[in-house]
Amino acid sequence: MADSMKIRAQLQGNVADVKVLMLHPMETGLRKDPITGDIIPLHFIQRVVASHNGKTVLDAQWSQAVSKNPFVNFRIRSAKTGDKVAVRWEDNKGETASIETTLN
Amino acid sequence: MNARSTQSIRRILLRRKFLCALALSSTYVATFAAGWLHPVRLLAAQWNEAAFDARALGDALKYIGATAAIESDQIQLKAPEIAENGAIVPVEIVSRIPATQSIYIIADKNPQPLVAIFDITGDMEPFISTRIKMGESSKVRVLVKAAGKFYVATQEVKVTIGGCGG
Repeated sequence: MADSMKIRAQLQGNVADVKVLMLHPMETGLRKDPITGDIIPLHFIQRVVASHNGKTVLDAQWSQAVSKNPFVNFRIRSAKTGDKVAVRWEDNKGETASIETTLN
Repeated sequence: MNARSTQSIRRILLRRKFLCALALSSTYVATFAAGWLHPVRLLAAQWNEAAFDARALGDALKYIGATAAIESDQIQLKAPEIAENGAIVPVEIVSRIPATQSIYIIADKNPQPLVAIFDITGDMEPFISTRIKMGESSKVRVLVKAAGKFYVATQEVKVTIGGCGG
């Protein structure tokens, strides 16, 4: 997949408002394939970690009840221009993706 | 062997596939973050399987340790009174409780009530906004863990079309 995450981090004073969009089906394991009738297996992001200049600031555990293509917005204090914000996720199949941005 | 134990084995094997993201513009910087590898493999760290698997609200609360949560008006919970689409219910939380360390989102009547856990350090504002699935109209229950104690706030959300996909 070419583009599995988008991130937008805006400095508001010394707080970085970070919005992340992750492309992921977040399958609940309750849906049936409309053509085959088979159950589409559980496939969801289980862990999300965000860091600020390499230090973990957010550590999340998710269930399959987080919406498809998860969106999350959080705010990091004591942020300044040039700081790096990174986000990484892992799903229940062991697949991962990560993204990093630099605050303007 | 059910789907869950297969996933447990997968977790133990820690099979990983890194997905590369391409840079689109200077605003979106996506990198194959070989330089930034979390020191601890994420899935080797905790994923509270007992709490997420719990089907009864009481069990979910028990497994996160929140059975004695105190109602607090210092938790600002913003969720729609009526959600047109249960698959995408926006939930925004601000905690004004000092030393907030974790925020939990529960949908009482979901097949498995616990939706998400956010552990935050003091470098974060105690604020989270995200979107959740709700299977039917229910209380959205937000728990805050602060200085080791649990606090709770709830809001009823009516769902017109359930979002769990079944």
